[in-house]
Amino acid sequence: MVLSKTASESDVSIHSTFASRYVRASLPRFRMPENSIPKEAAYQIINDELMLDGNPRLNLASFVTTWMEPECDKLMMAAVNKNYVDMDEYPVTTELQNRCVNMIAHLFNAPLGESETAVGVGTVGSSEAIMLAGLAFKRKWQNKRKEQGLPYDKPNIVTGANVQVCWEKFARYFEVELKEVKLSEGYYVMDPEKAVQMVDENTICVAAILGSTLNGEFEDVKLLNDLLTKKNAETGWDTPIHVDAASGGFIAPFLYPELEWDFRLPLVKSINVSGHKYGLVYAGIGWCIWRTKEDLPEELIFHINYLGADQPTFTLNFSKGSSQVIAQYYQLIRLGFEGYKNIMENCQENAMVLKEGLEKTGRFNIVSKDNGVPLVAFSLKDNSRHDEFEVSEFLRRFGWILPAYTMPPDAQNITVLRVVIREDFSRTLAERLVLDIQKVLHELDVMPSKKDIDIQKTKSVAAAWKRFVEDKKKTNGIC
Amino acid sequence: MVLTQVHQPEEGSSTSVGSVFSSRYVQDPLPRYEMPQKSISKDAAYQIIHDELLLDSSPRLNLASFVTTWMEPECDKLMLEAVNKNYADMDEYPVTTELQNRCVNIIARLFNAPVSEKEAAVGVGTVGSSEAIMLAGLAFKRRWQNKRKAEGKPFDKPNIVTGANVQVCWEKFARYFEVELKEVKLSEGCYVMDPVKAVEMVDENTICVAAILGSTLTGEFEDVKLLNDLLTAKNQKTGWDTPIHVDAASGGFIAPFLYPELEWDFRLPLVKSINVSGHKYGLVYAGVGWVIWRSKEDLPEELIFHINYLGADQPTFTLNFSKGSSQIIAQYYQFLRLGFEGYKNVMKNCMESARILREGLVRTGRFDIISKEKGVPLVAFSFKDMSHNSAMKLATLLRRYGWIVPAYTMPVNLEHMTVLRVVVREDFGRPLAEKFLSHVAMALDELDSSSKAPLVPALKYTIEVVSCTDDANQPFMVRVLPQEAEPVKKTVPLLTGKTKGVC
Repeated sequence: MVLSKTASESDVSIHSTFASRYVRASLPRFRMPENSIPKEAAYQIINDELMLDGNPRLNLASFVTTWMEPECDKLMMAAVNKNYVDMDEYPVTTELQNRCVNMIAHLFNAPLGESETAVGVGTVGSSEAIMLAGLAFKRKWQNKRKEQGLPYDKPNIVTGANVQVCWEKFARYFEVELKEVKLSEGYYVMDPEKAVQMVDENTICVAAILGSTLNGEFEDVKLLNDLLTKKNAETGWDTPIHVDAASGGFIAPFLYPELEWDFRLPLVKSINVSGHKYGLVYAGIGWCIWRTKEDLPEELIFHINYLGADQPTFTLNFSKGSSQVIAQYYQLIRLGFEGYKNIMENCQENAMVLKEGLEKTGRFNIVSKDNGVPLVAFSLKDNSRHDEFEVSEFLRRFGWILPAYTMPPDAQNITVLRVVIREDFSRTLAERLVLDIQKVLHELDVMPSKKDIDIQKTKSVAAAWKRFVEDKKKTNGIC
Repeated sequence: MVLTQVHQPEEGSSTSVGSVFSSRYVQDPLPRYEMPQKSISKDAAYQIIHDELLLDSSPRLNLASFVTTWMEPECDKLMLEAVNKNYADMDEYPVTTELQNRCVNIIARLFNAPVSEKEAAVGVGTVGSSEAIMLAGLAFKRRWQNKRKAEGKPFDKPNIVTGANVQVCWEKFARYFEVELKEVKLSEGCYVMDPVKAVEMVDENTICVAAILGSTLTGEFEDVKLLNDLLTAKNQKTGWDTPIHVDAASGGFIAPFLYPELEWDFRLPLVKSINVSGHKYGLVYAGVGWVIWRSKEDLPEELIFHINYLGADQPTFTLNFSKGSSQIIAQYYQFLRLGFEGYKNVMKNCMESARILREGLVRTGRFDIISKEKGVPLVAFSFKDMSHNSAMKLATLLRRYGWIVPAYTMPVNLEHMTVLRVVVREDFGRPLAEKFLSHVAMALDELDSSSKAPLVPALKYTIEVVSCTDDANQPFMVRVLPQEAEPVKKTVPLLTGKTKGVC
């Protein structure tokens, strides 16, 4: 007689994840768990929690790329275990970074000779790029002042109040004063005239934005250059310009090639651009290009001694993944000039579709300009009963993430909603968004306003109290 | 009768059916300096880049790096799914943000930070230890400045005391944030910071003393406890209240598992912040580091930015803003998947492999072992005959087998020493260790036989260009004068100066 044994209950390895005890255990939040768990369980638990994150492609708040071709995903995964900083071990990866720098420098019309290498660096994002550029300006200015025997302890930088937060970070962490040109109603970018007025002997540079975060506008860098050239001629201060082209740097060359904003203007000494915005790469890559070697003080550059080879570097971060650099090179050679142009034109088209759809509702003012980064910023014509924050909240129910925010001083009374049109925001999505916005408006129209609710509450409470006092004689009765 | 039409193939259809290697894409020259005008097919783009990258070294044979080069496929899956999530978008991806917070809390408790079970620790995820160190240094600098301002004393000359064995990012911090770097010089036999000398160098302008747990050069743990005791005594005398920062970039994920009784973390009262690299022995791919502060008070409020997004207030303290979420999720995966026992087992295996390597190298009789047995699992060794050339040559020979072993000179005071360093990571098991030893033996044989051969003489020629004025058709005459052959001696320049460092 053959004895059959039933499968042991404790043979954990045959249990499917959801049949096992691992999905009953509470998750470690504060302390590392004592024991290991199987990798399938670990994967499933984390994957399931992450389902409750927002959907990246419906995140209309962000400029950062949310879709790339599968071939690129393959390249990125293959490179995920390469440490970007190991230049000697991964010379091809380093070479790809150099090629990207050269291509971007040429895109920005850097004054380079036929096979001259550009001066630039790949960073983790525009924040790091801006800090490096700012550091270079600060050090140049300090050296100049030291030579002249003048005080160099109060550097400042002139920008518009519409700058992205990383400029304020740079100012605060590197002890540079931030002199902001205030905005005004209807004028949401830096006014070049006011900016040049604010320049003094302690100004290390004037930062102009190509593609303002708030409404996508391009600042008039040419006018700034002309006015600042005149002032420099009068004062002899030689104040330079930095262009923060985080979003605009990969749009202007393709859609507005005749617009002079880059190294064609003599005072522009460095430009930063985010590879992960309209460079069409996933989050984690930016670029900073300097006009020439002279604009990058030698003392800031570190020479790493590795296996006898000398490698100059200028970054804040050291070890990081190589995936995004390879992805950037993939995009540059895969798409080429015509590919990028086609994508930007599509984005522009879809932005127009969205803008016209919103205008047709008759309920919105469009705050963004047609020329600029493809985004649509709009505010309610009448926000007395319901404001833009409520519209944003209600749209979440449909899955859309659409931020609402107040403008910086001196336009704080304006609240805007902003939709960023990325490569993967097609016309169908634009039309669907307009429909959903109309639904939300419809819902809000029949809802009492928050302010109304307060008045109603007060009125009804007062009325009830009045009745109670008048009916005092009825104290003994059924309650 | 049915008329059948013959379908003419379109001219351009071959591009979509042809394989990449049959297309023109692999014949066209690659763009190097300028963006190409036209697009190319995605398969071609993939293939071209993939093929070029074949010439990169294999990451797993890169014995120079501490940074993780292997993770489980399940984790790869999670990372790929998260690659399009921007970490900075806290409101859009609340779960990812929550995972970061959990990691911070787990690491804080691993380092015995004084937090209760329900209280949240103060810390942040960064791109690596470089960013973490800069943030910690910034916090110290600002605290010290505020203290000096309150006392009405000058605050324009901050300095930081470390050993000369620090990783290059401390020098970066010092230079970019205008802090003077006071280095405790190394000496023969003592390759880490001497706590006694360090405390002597502390003055009223010192913002902190930085100790390293896991020296880059030899993997040693510095004696943080002794530093703490000596510095406490000095603080009492001077009233300066100088704090300590522990750079536990490599050691932070080793000491708690292998040496739990070693006091180096927040158990020592003067330790105010600690940084650790998630991408070293945290067992995650490159791109994540962590810094933990003892308490809120150690992180000046004015450095924290409150991002106003969708009306919600989100405090952040980072240098980088947008970046991928993949590594944060991978870090949490590792914590959850391995747990304490998993990490402990991995570290024990690493130490075993290191031991095999060390004993194998000693057996050749040609090497001195510079690294200690207690510390980060790595083996640093130099030739017994102190020959600079031999070390570089051995590194070159090992490259031919595929291994990348760095050879570098020690810092100031010890530049005559050249050290080779093999880092043992999670994925360097016994089979690889034994293979490496056999290759070392073969390389040593080659080294010995080539040094016995005579130096190849080089011939020098002098070329004279003589002008002949009498002949108009032949204005110049060229004369070649051979000179004596002399053997060529090649010397490898030693790089010095604070801008240069080992990583």
